[in-house]
Amino acid sequence: MRALKVERSLARFGAARVASGWRPGAGGKVGPLRLAEMDLPDLPGPDWVRLRPRLSGICGSDLATVDGRSSQWFEPIVTFPFVPGHEIVADTEDGRRVVVEPVLGCVVRGIDPPCPACAAGHAHRCERLTGGHLSPGLQTGFCAEVGGGWSAALVAHPAQLHDVPDDWSDEAAVLVEPTACGVHGALAGPPGDDQVAVVIGAGTLGLTVIAALSRLRPDITRIIAVAKHPVQKEMATALGATTIAAPGELRRAVRRATGSWILDSGQLTGGAPLVIDCVGSADSLADALAVAAPGATIVMVGMPGGVHVDLTPLWQREIRLAGAYAYGPEPLAGGRHSFAVATDLVADAGLERLLTITYPLDRHAEAIAHAATAGRRGAVKVAFDLRSEKRR
Amino acid sequence: MPRPGFVLEVDRSTPPILTWHGEGFRLERLPAERSRVIYAPEPVAALDDPDQAVQDALLHPLGDSPPLPDLLRPGMRLTIAFDDISLPLPPMQKPDNRQRVIEAVLEMAAAAGVDDVVLICALALHRRMTEAELRHAVGDRVYDSFAPHGLLLQHDAEDPDGLVHLGQTDKGEDVEINKRAAESDLIVYVNINLVAMDGGHKSVATGLASYRSLRHHHNVKTMRHSRSFMDQEHSELHSSNWRMGRLIAAAGVKVFQIETTLNNDTFPKQMAFLQKREWEWSGRDRATYLATSKSLSRTPPKLARSIFQSIKAPHAMTGVYAGEVEAVHAATTAAVYEQQLVSVEGQTDVAIFGLPHVCPYNVNSIMNPILVMCMGLGYLFNLYRGKPIVRQGGVAILSHPTPWAFHPVHHPSYIDFFEEVLSETTDPIEIEKTYEERFATDEWYRHLYRTSHAYHGVHPFYMWYWGAHALEHLGDVIIVGGDPAAVRRLGFSPATTLTDALEMASDTVGRHPTISHFHCPPIMLADVS
Repeated sequence: MRALKVERSLARFGAARVASGWRPGAGGKVGPLRLAEMDLPDLPGPDWVRLRPRLSGICGSDLATVDGRSSQWFEPIVTFPFVPGHEIVADTEDGRRVVVEPVLGCVVRGIDPPCPACAAGHAHRCERLTGGHLSPGLQTGFCAEVGGGWSAALVAHPAQLHDVPDDWSDEAAVLVEPTACGVHGALAGPPGDDQVAVVIGAGTLGLTVIAALSRLRPDITRIIAVAKHPVQKEMATALGATTIAAPGELRRAVRRATGSWILDSGQLTGGAPLVIDCVGSADSLADALAVAAPGATIVMVGMPGGVHVDLTPLWQREIRLAGAYAYGPEPLAGGRHSFAVATDLVADAGLERLLTITYPLDRHAEAIAHAATAGRRGAVKVAFDLRSEKRR
Repeated sequence: MPRPGFVLEVDRSTPPILTWHGEGFRLERLPAERSRVIYAPEPVAALDDPDQAVQDALLHPLGDSPPLPDLLRPGMRLTIAFDDISLPLPPMQKPDNRQRVIEAVLEMAAAAGVDDVVLICALALHRRMTEAELRHAVGDRVYDSFAPHGLLLQHDAEDPDGLVHLGQTDKGEDVEINKRAAESDLIVYVNINLVAMDGGHKSVATGLASYRSLRHHHNVKTMRHSRSFMDQEHSELHSSNWRMGRLIAAAGVKVFQIETTLNNDTFPKQMAFLQKREWEWSGRDRATYLATSKSLSRTPPKLARSIFQSIKAPHAMTGVYAGEVEAVHAATTAAVYEQQLVSVEGQTDVAIFGLPHVCPYNVNSIMNPILVMCMGLGYLFNLYRGKPIVRQGGVAILSHPTPWAFHPVHHPSYIDFFEEVLSETTDPIEIEKTYEERFATDEWYRHLYRTSHAYHGVHPFYMWYWGAHALEHLGDVIIVGGDPAAVRRLGFSPATTLTDALEMASDTVGRHPTISHFHCPPIMLADVS
């Protein structure tokens, strides 16, 4: 079968890092990603099933990998060579259409008894990502044995599968996984009354966070979204943002919404009680710290790397910095799992519209470049279309 | 004898015309046979002895007012209010008219034994002036005598304890003004009447008023019905102020009005070419133009701004009139018209306005994009009597660098207006309805207005309303040489050159449009038949 494969090649990672510094997404051409013929992955255990992907999205974490910008933190919890792609809508061999919950926790790895986190239903916090009968890998799409969505076939554990309603399009279904991440981020902040929330970034993650905040958090009455490009501004507004701010205009927008003052140094006296960073860069985290009120929570939904940022306000204003990775049971949604909540949200908010364009595997370099510059080019989500891929 | 204003019909022999462009200027060649250039009258003669003229005016007032000394007595409360830094433009060389007049008034007050004297700078919703600016306006002697004792105040339109509501006009307009002034036995108001709109009842009714009062005439409806606000007979702004002024008088507040007029001698000798007609430029003028333009093109914008803001105009006092408000203002207006009126026949399809470095709201500051709009469409467009120089549906071409830059101390609410309001809409009615109240009552803006040197939170709205008549009248607005992003945020079209702008204008007014180039400064008033 054909698959896009990431190999461990320091030279290629280095080239990707250099090239992407000049042009985001350039790693798709010179980096570690290659279109290759591969054997169909073996089933790791008796319960496992083979999947034939229909669509598989390109995520920010995929782009970071392809462009050689991923943190070394991931080194021990991935296995090379791997096939990327963890936003997947696929067919099973017995005719089900499913979306994949890609986290490879204890249950999927056959570890019994599971670790405390998995036992509590928080597979995304699994402590055994290198154990069990699978090689290391935090998710499908980063583990050599299970494959990934950017291919004609992969394998999955039944616990990873969620059925897609019959009347759904594939285009809607492929948005469930990123929407689940957005749901998890939106529900990670503590509840309050008549709160202002700031969402930094209006790519797929930011937009799904906005959709989740506006529909699932009645305590959030105003959402300030930082959006750079026209399509992002338009989508953010359509999904529930009450104010759109250009990146350089955030502080004043938060000041206006919260009635705080600006000191001579430019810092706010108050700010927003909830800030959700969907970018994960040094700049976005600095912006988040600049607009977070004393006692506020900053939720990091966008995948960060090594960042240099002044944490003085975090200390002086007792700001809580919280990560929001993947999905799990959501206390603010009555304990429902993020995937279940996301499935409803995709339908309610019409998130199918976030998928802008699909590419075949042959045009992977174009697809990566398009995804890396999506906002600028009027796009949101870019995905691979595997529906015409042959599986031999 | 100074020459009157003049309209030059452009032909093939016409030299390129000087066009202001912020902290700089360009020479622009205009299309022959369909363009005209409107030049201001030359400066009228200055008073031989301005101090004596002030004395004469105070002793021989107009209207039914007694001479000033007859109004002064021991034990009375006297408030001397004076115009702020927005007048004149550019700021005048020392001594300022305000200094001459205030010193004369204080001498008479002292001679009459008046002890309770307070000076109030009539800021309305403008920024508080700095010590240096106040010293320039009133002179060191006055400043040192009053400021250290807390007797030189700046009007605070947001001081709940410092305002008094005098009533409502028959049109339901609230009249709320400075309490100290209202409760004085006499207000002496000292004006500099740079344009016909200045002075009269507007001095007290606007300069010493609160937001609650000002919003009755600083609004879109009033501005759209002031055609123009330089023409008292057709200005709703004027009518509203007059209703308020009469109510103030009826409430027992006594005002002794002193208005001074200036000639339009705008630039120091070394820059004299800026107010000459181009075909009369001497070799020295041409050399100065070339040297100035060349050096300005290499000067960083911040430095250029600082150089231009340091210009002090050699304006000279041409008249001083004192006494009853309306009688004084009638005389003043006639004097202003004598200096500024230029007869212009008919309208054209396009008007070109080169915007200089300064407008009433950026003295010692930055002309931000909102002020560019206000200067072009609020002030220069409205410098007409009769009809605008450009026809209904025509195009205004402004020339200004329009940087995306704001003075953070002077114009904090402007930044938010530009970032938030204009990114949503440029429609004055929508802006007024949706956003004005929130900005006007924002505690941070209020704090900065009262304690720092910031314009009031609502001020950028007024700047936008100031251009509301032009926005309704014009088919398109093009800014030459501006920051494209800033120009687009204003809702206008950016053009790189005047030639491009004229080409773009043809989409609105057709090929071969007629063109007026408004050669201002010096300030003039087009009397359009």
